[in-house]
Amino acid sequence: MAEAIHVESLGKRYRIGERLRYHTLRDRLGHALEAPMRLWRGSNETSGRKRPEIWALRDVGFTVEEGEVIGLIGRNGAGKTTLLKILSRVTQPTTGWADILGRVGSLLEVGTGFHPELTGRENVFLNGAILGMGKREIARKFDEIVAFGEVADFIDTPIKHYSTGMQMRLAFAVAAHFEPQILLVDEVLAVGDLAFQRKCLGKMDQVARTGRTILFVSHQMSQIRRLCTRCIWIDRSQVRMDGPAGEVVSAYEAAQMDGEEGSSGHSFLRWEIAGQRQTLRDGFRELTFRMQLRLAEPISQGHLGVGIVNESNLTVVGWGFDGIHLPEGPQEVSLKIPMLPLRPGVYTLVCSLFDRGNNLTGGQVVDVWYATPPLTVDTVPLAHPQDRWAGLLNIPGELELTQKELATSPPR
Amino acid sequence: MQTDIAMSPGPGAAARKLRIAPSQGLLKLHLGELWEYRELLYFFVWRDIKVRYKQTAIGAAWAVLQPFLTMLVFSLFFGKLAKIPANGLPYPVFYYCALLPWIYFAGALQSATNVVVEQQRVITKIYFPRVVLPISAVVAGLVDFAISFLVLLALMAYYRIAPTPAVVWLPVFLMLAVATALGMGLWLSALNAFYRDVRYIVPFLVQFWMFASPVAYPSSLVPEKWRWLYGLNPMVGVIEGFRWALTGQGVPPGPMMAASAMAVVLVVFSGLVYYRSMEGSIADVV
Repeated sequence: MAEAIHVESLGKRYRIGERLRYHTLRDRLGHALEAPMRLWRGSNETSGRKRPEIWALRDVGFTVEEGEVIGLIGRNGAGKTTLLKILSRVTQPTTGWADILGRVGSLLEVGTGFHPELTGRENVFLNGAILGMGKREIARKFDEIVAFGEVADFIDTPIKHYSTGMQMRLAFAVAAHFEPQILLVDEVLAVGDLAFQRKCLGKMDQVARTGRTILFVSHQMSQIRRLCTRCIWIDRSQVRMDGPAGEVVSAYEAAQMDGEEGSSGHSFLRWEIAGQRQTLRDGFRELTFRMQLRLAEPISQGHLGVGIVNESNLTVVGWGFDGIHLPEGPQEVSLKIPMLPLRPGVYTLVCSLFDRGNNLTGGQVVDVWYATPPLTVDTVPLAHPQDRWAGLLNIPGELELTQKELATSPPR
Repeated sequence: MQTDIAMSPGPGAAARKLRIAPSQGLLKLHLGELWEYRELLYFFVWRDIKVRYKQTAIGAAWAVLQPFLTMLVFSLFFGKLAKIPANGLPYPVFYYCALLPWIYFAGALQSATNVVVEQQRVITKIYFPRVVLPISAVVAGLVDFAISFLVLLALMAYYRIAPTPAVVWLPVFLMLAVATALGMGLWLSALNAFYRDVRYIVPFLVQFWMFASPVAYPSSLVPEKWRWLYGLNPMVGVIEGFRWALTGQGVPPGPMMAASAMAVVLVVFSGLVYYRSMEGSIADVV
């Protein structure tokens, strides 16, 4: 088996604020011109250009054989996306090196390069070309892509007239037909309605089985367990564990349960349903979610979000609370809800915490946690016996058949 | 530090080994890689043009209106009122011949400077040789150029001025304008990614440059002893060349143009090298 990817001592250093604040040429020149003045005054000040640094990745090394499907897990900010970016050549490493054999395709997001003024057809070609597909390849797969995206009727209208769902479906359709030898996927969310999501997941499965080498980041442990043979856990910019998927995922979940504090910025530690750990047995009883946090700094006017996401990454229900004030240090947050009639299955609790606003009003992300262990809903299925038609909710219905004829039946 | 690329599997290439590492050599331009991404370059140019023409009602008409209206204003103020000599040509033709390559150059320079920051989303998600972006900006401007060129021919027909056989040199002068826009554009777009106020410097630069070029006046106005300095500006060669090739009037570009052409080649080459050297970190700052 050839080595598809070999990574050795890879490291990536960022200077804080590199992205957030850029110099202006004016500042830079002004600073340079003032240098003689500073020298004359004999000041001790530093050049002012040295900013605090963080290592997003440090000494990361591993080997991937051709055909392996590897999951990349870790908490928010651990370094997974940075690793994918380096392997995609979007950004360069600071130390170390990586050898790659084969055509690499990266899906760090869907719909890259989509332009609202262009039609669906034009955007398919543009997006495909940007991903790295040749014109002929795109033309060959065009009909399949359009059919997968279910936008055939609108393919020649500018996508600014598409709904967000349609745009995402088209974007995902192009991405799904991209067949590089090595695929790097960064949590590309499956979107659209339930049926489309199932299709996307199915396509992912298919791709995983074709012998391609895949490296993908996910917060859904169930996906990792199902699709991956091997899993690498990145924690605090280093490889913490690298082994069979089941083992690594279990270790990761166990670490979460122990309320281990990750690197700075990880606030959520543990969660449970009061009295029931992480399993729901009755969807119609009042329940309380309890989340334990430890905050490095107090939060004012913040936003707390709690969402429940199913296996297809669809948000089933979510709550958001603004104007939250939380002190520094360890504490507990409880969310009481009157009922949660969900279809039996495995779900993920997603907790997010923002300071001074939320993600729409420009608040700062404090932590986003795809909680482990997952929420297991272990109730009797009450709605349609077939999963396909039952949907997300688990609500019983009583049918009454009457033999009586209607008094007057209007002609059809 | 730069990403050193041994061989790069572009679209459609067979499996080859690729090494990603912090830089080694500064002078590796990897032009072969550029060739592999030629389809992407085509798509960027195609997108630029499509979007430009879809977005405004006057879209395509602007390609014609801009040089035409500027020509009218120049003819009135510099020509009729200020009575600047025009090599014996009717004012409209005199100015339009110069405005044609000039407007291409100014537009290409500004779009090339802005393109990297504008395409921030694509740059931070996908790899392609970043130099494709300024190249696409410079190439996309040629479409507008072609359209306004047709208007020039109409204008010349109206004034009954026939193009001279020297018109075969036109592509050469155009290439010089393209190369100058590309060379400057490479430097400016890279700097703009790091220092965001650079894009605001460009309009001033262009203004100054226009007056340093024989757009509004013939270069015969420049005193003999300063001609050599004046001739270092590559656009001098381009514009005088355009006027001479199309109308036979004015001075054919001489050795000065060769000198400025060499300077341009240097700027392009150094721009490509600079680009390659900072390509690796551009996604971190854009």
